[in-house]
Amino acid sequence: MPSVTGKITWTKKDLLGLEYLSKEEIELILYTAESFKEVTTRRIKKVPALRGKTVVNLFYEPSTRPRTSFELAAKRLSADVVNIEIEASSVKKGETLIDTGRNIEALKIDIIVVRHNCSGAPNILARSVKSSVVNAGDGWHEHPTQALLDMFTLKSKLGRLEGLNVSIIGDIAHSRVARSNIWGLTKLGAKVTVCAPKMLIPEGIEKMGVKVTSDINEALSGADAINVLRMQFERDTDGAFPTRMEYFKQYGITKERLAGCKPDIVVMHPGPINRGIEMSSDVADGKNSVILEQVTNGIAVRMAVLYLVGLVKEGAR
Amino acid sequence: MKYLIKGGTVVDPSGGIEEQFDILIFESKIEEVARNIIAKDAKIVDAGGMIVTPGFVDMHVHFREPGREDEETVLTGTRAAAKGGFSSVACMPNTDPALDNADTLVALKDIISRDALINVLPIGAITIGRFGKDLTDIKAMARQGIVAVSDDGSSVEDPELMLKALKSSKAADVVVIDHCEDVALSNKGVMNKGFMSTKMGLRGISDESEWRCIERDIELAAKAGARIHIAHVSCKESVEIIRKAKKKGIQVTAETAPHYFALTDECCATYDTNTKINPPLRTAEDVAAIKGALADGTIDVIASDHAPHTDCEKDVEFDLAPFGKIGLESSLGISVGELIEGKILTWPKLVEKFAMNPARILGLKSGTLKKGSPADITIIDPKKEYTLIKETLESKSKNSPFIGWRLTGKAVGLFVAGKPVMLDGKIL
Repeated sequence: MPSVTGKITWTKKDLLGLEYLSKEEIELILYTAESFKEVTTRRIKKVPALRGKTVVNLFYEPSTRPRTSFELAAKRLSADVVNIEIEASSVKKGETLIDTGRNIEALKIDIIVVRHNCSGAPNILARSVKSSVVNAGDGWHEHPTQALLDMFTLKSKLGRLEGLNVSIIGDIAHSRVARSNIWGLTKLGAKVTVCAPKMLIPEGIEKMGVKVTSDINEALSGADAINVLRMQFERDTDGAFPTRMEYFKQYGITKERLAGCKPDIVVMHPGPINRGIEMSSDVADGKNSVILEQVTNGIAVRMAVLYLVGLVKEGAR
Repeated sequence: MKYLIKGGTVVDPSGGIEEQFDILIFESKIEEVARNIIAKDAKIVDAGGMIVTPGFVDMHVHFREPGREDEETVLTGTRAAAKGGFSSVACMPNTDPALDNADTLVALKDIISRDALINVLPIGAITIGRFGKDLTDIKAMARQGIVAVSDDGSSVEDPELMLKALKSSKAADVVVIDHCEDVALSNKGVMNKGFMSTKMGLRGISDESEWRCIERDIELAAKAGARIHIAHVSCKESVEIIRKAKKKGIQVTAETAPHYFALTDECCATYDTNTKINPPLRTAEDVAAIKGALADGTIDVIASDHAPHTDCEKDVEFDLAPFGKIGLESSLGISVGELIEGKILTWPKLVEKFAMNPARILGLKSGTLKKGSPADITIIDPKKEYTLIKETLESKSKNSPFIGWRLTGKAVGLFVAGKPVMLDGKIL
C-alpha cells in the first residue's frame, strides 16, 4: 500500500508535473521521501519495496546526472533498471514516441522515466501506455522531481515552506525547473518571486501566482531562499542577453550581493553550475549553499515518487 | 427532372426571405420559390420542420490531391463537404505539386470531373511553388477557371511582390485570399503566445504576426485598387484593423473558422495536437472579438480551413505535429451552437456567412435562391442532435478537436445543380 499521511492515498498512475498535483499529493511525496532519506543513510541502502518491478529510463536528452539519480533511486528500491538513451535507441531511425512507449510497455515495464526536449512529450506518452510515466524533465515545461527535491531540501533546512520568500533567478522563459518550482511552492504556501532580464521573462508568468522583477536586489532582499538557474546561453536564450560577463555583472550571485541578504539565506542550484556566470565559486561552495544536499536528497525524493506510482493499484493503469 | 422541396422554412438573405415556402427545381436551375407550389410532374422532397437555404460554400479547404492522397482526396473531401451541407468548396493550391500553372489545373479539373460529388473550385497559387519568389501566370490560370489566388499556408513575405500579385489579380478579376503571417514574428511558435504557452513551455506565436501582415496587405490592396480577402482571422487586433479598413471603403473581406469562435488556447492544455492550428487558437477575449465581428459584419464568411492530416502525422510530440484540423463536417453544428444558440447571429445572418457572401466574393452564381440561379440547395435540420464521432466522418483524416462534442443542427439534404447529392442525411 502506498504511504498514507492520514489524509490521502496516492492514486495517480503518472507524475507529469506539479501543476497537476494537489497540495496534499505534494505533501505526501515529501513525507514519503523523509523515510527514504533515512534508508539512504543506512549501511545497507536498499529496501525491497519495488522488488520484481522494472523501471526504464527513457532519455531523449543526454544527461548523466538525473539519469544516475533515478537509476540509484530505483535500485535502492530493489527494482530492475534499464537505460535507453537517444543515441542507442531506434528513435534516430524514426520510430515515434508513442511506438517506442508501446514497445517498452510490451516488455512488461512498470515505470517509464522519460526525459524529452519537447514540452508535453510525457503527457502524450502517459496516455498511450498503461505503464506509469515519470517526467524527468520535458522541454521548458516541467521538471517535477527537481522541484520536489528543491522543496524537500528547503523544508529540511528551514523547517517549513509556508510563508517562505523564495526567489527564482535566471532564465525563467526556458526553464522547466522554474515552472515546477513555481507550481509546487505556491501550492504549499510559499511566496515566489521570479527574477530575470526582461527578455527572459515569459508572457503571463505572473498569472502563475508569482511576483516578477528584473531587479536582482529586489529579488534578494527579504528572501529566505534563492534558487539560481543554470544559464544556457548556447542553447536556449535566443540571443536574448549580450554576453556572459554582462549577465554575471547584473545577475550573478556573489558574496557581495549575499552580504545584504538574510544571514541564513538558503542558496540552491539545480546543477550543473556555471561558475562565474550565474554564481561565483565562493557562493557555490559557501556556508549558505545546499547544492550538494540537493543532490543527495534527489535520490530520496525520486525513491518516493517511484514507490508511490509503482504501487498504484493495477486498476489505475 | 423536376424536384419540389416542400414545407421548409426558406432562408435566403439575397431576397430577404425567411418564410415557409416551397422550392421548385427544374433541371439545374431554381424554377420558383413560392407558397404552396403545385407541380404534378415533380418529385417531392418533404422539408417540413427543416431550414432550406442556398447551397453552402466553403471557400477555404485543403483536399491534398494531387500529392497527399493519404490525407484526403477530391472524392473523400467532397463526401465530407456534402455531409456538412456544402454544395461548393474552393480548394487551396498547396498540393504537391502546387497549383501554380494552367497545366496542373487542367489535371486537377480531370480529377474533379471524375470524382467530385459537389462543385470544387480551384484556387491558384500566387507564387510559383508557393515559394514567395516569382509570380504565377494568374491570367492563364483564370482562363482555366480559378476563383481566387492564394499562397495559403505561407504568407507572401516580399511586399513588392504582394503588390504585383494584387495588381495582376485585379487585371484577371480574381480575388486574392491572403494568409497573413509575419514569419519572423511567429518565431517558430506552435501555439498562441501568452499565459498558456508559458505554462506549457511551448513557443508562442504572437498576434502581431497576424495583424501586422493584415495591416500591410490591406494598404497594398488599397494602393493596387484590388480586392483582398483575409483568410482565417483569429484575433482581436485583426478584427479592428479590418473594421477600420471597411469603414474607409477599402475592398476588403474577411473570413474566420469555427474553431476561432468555439475554442481558446486553453484547449491546448493536454498537448492534443488536433488543437495545433495556424493561426493558433487565441484567448477568450479574441473569441469575443471574433463573435462581435461576425455580428456586425466585419467578418463576412465562415470557412472551415479544412486541413486533413493522418493519425500518424498527428500522433507525435506537439512541437513536431503539423498545423491544422478538419472542419467540413463540424462547421455547421459548431456555428449553430455558438452563434445561433449563443444569440450572436440569426439564421439569415448565418446563411449570409455560409452561402451568400462567399459566393459573392468568389464571383459564383450560387449563394441565392433567385429564379434562374443554380439549384444548389442545403436542407438543414436545425434541431437534430448528434455526437461527432470519428468512425462516421467521411473525411479520410480524423484530426478534429471537436470529436466527442455534442452538436445541434445538421445538414440532411443537399442539391447540387438540381441533382440530389444527399437526402435524409444519406449521401446518394
